[in-house]
Amino acid sequence: MAKTVDQYFDDLRGTRVWRSIFRSGTGASTLKRALAIQQNVFLHLFSTKVRTRMLSFSTTWYLGTLTLGTFFILVATGIPLMLYYHPSAPQAYADTKDLQFVVSSGMFLRNLHRWSAHTMVFLVFAHMFKVFYRGAYRTPREFNWVIGVILLLMTLLLSYTGYLLPWDQLAYWAITVGSNIASAVPVIGNKIRFLMLGGNAVNANALLRFYVLHCMILPLAAMFFVAIHFWRIRKDGGLYSHGSEPVTLRANASQAGVKVVQ
Amino acid sequence: MPDENKPAKVEDTVNRRQFFTKLGLGSLGIAAAGTAAFAYQFLEPNVLYEPSPVVNAGSPDRYPPDSVTLDVNSGIYVIHSQEGYFSLSAVCTHLGCLTAWKPELGIIACPCHGSKFKQNGEKIEGPAPKPLPWKRIWLNNDGDLLVDRSTDVPALQRDSFVRV
Repeated sequence: MAKTVDQYFDDLRGTRVWRSIFRSGTGASTLKRALAIQQNVFLHLFSTKVRTRMLSFSTTWYLGTLTLGTFFILVATGIPLMLYYHPSAPQAYADTKDLQFVVSSGMFLRNLHRWSAHTMVFLVFAHMFKVFYRGAYRTPREFNWVIGVILLLMTLLLSYTGYLLPWDQLAYWAITVGSNIASAVPVIGNKIRFLMLGGNAVNANALLRFYVLHCMILPLAAMFFVAIHFWRIRKDGGLYSHGSEPVTLRANASQAGVKVVQ
Repeated sequence: MPDENKPAKVEDTVNRRQFFTKLGLGSLGIAAAGTAAFAYQFLEPNVLYEPSPVVNAGSPDRYPPDSVTLDVNSGIYVIHSQEGYFSLSAVCTHLGCLTAWKPELGIIACPCHGSKFKQNGEKIEGPAPKPLPWKRIWLNNDGDLLVDRSTDVPALQRDSFVRV
């Protein structure tokens, strides 16, 4: 009898090399499946078990996952764009034009980066509205809401710093206006503007600082907070699903005449 | 037990472990403060390669009587009025956009958020919190008008004009 594809995968999972990488091994038992999650450096942030109700579309509309998806697209398109872009004035403008009109697939990558950036901002807001109106920000998830607000700020700062990089008139005046808004902070406002721009006006120093923030500091900081954000979902009792909340379960049990010991 | 009602002796001695813990934390604190100061100083540029605040606006003959001339590169107006020459900043006091002179309306207008100013810098309407500042203007030995963008002078004062 010929082997099925699943059987080939099972054979692969039984090999010594595979077992040296993934310690959990084969088997469909609850323990093995839980270990497969728990022993993976990326997946161990998540719960080893979830209720199917938590994974249904209506619970989250998958807005957080979609946001992560746009973030991955932005990293995957942003890194190739960096290979043709010099963060210096006025070269940055010429490079942006080259990316748009000369580099093979440059226009595709640049537009994908731009549309994903817009989509990510939209999805972050949609995610926050969904969490807010479902009451999923409440205890015990209040700290994860705070992390979410920090991530919103990161998203907006990434958008803002990316805005300057084409070094065109729109970029120049948007950052002029934005940095003047920053200088409205009481007492230290002008200092913030000076440090942000690396000078008194939007010029070469400002372009370089925004480039470093956009390509290095902010993405790394965002990844750091995303990791905490996902880990907190597990720590705070999984994704919010009204029917699976301890409060709901207790209420249902007491209605049925069962005393729940918490 | 005669000592039972006496207040317990306050422990004011520090043992070796506590001493070294405090020493270690103190050193870390000093190092952190030093790093913060270092980072702040590093982020603040000591030399700026920015254009000089003093602009040569050329010969006064370039500006006909009752004219308002914008120099987009330096962001100043040179205005030749009945009282003499004076200079205004063209940078909007709202959020820093470059304003433009509208000869058909006789006003200065900002394209970003709609602030409007009179020819002497006074605000007519819009979100701008302050009038456009007057800048120090004078003649150099070659007879050229110089404007110092870093120095504000009082509006409409005798000394704020240059007469040729």
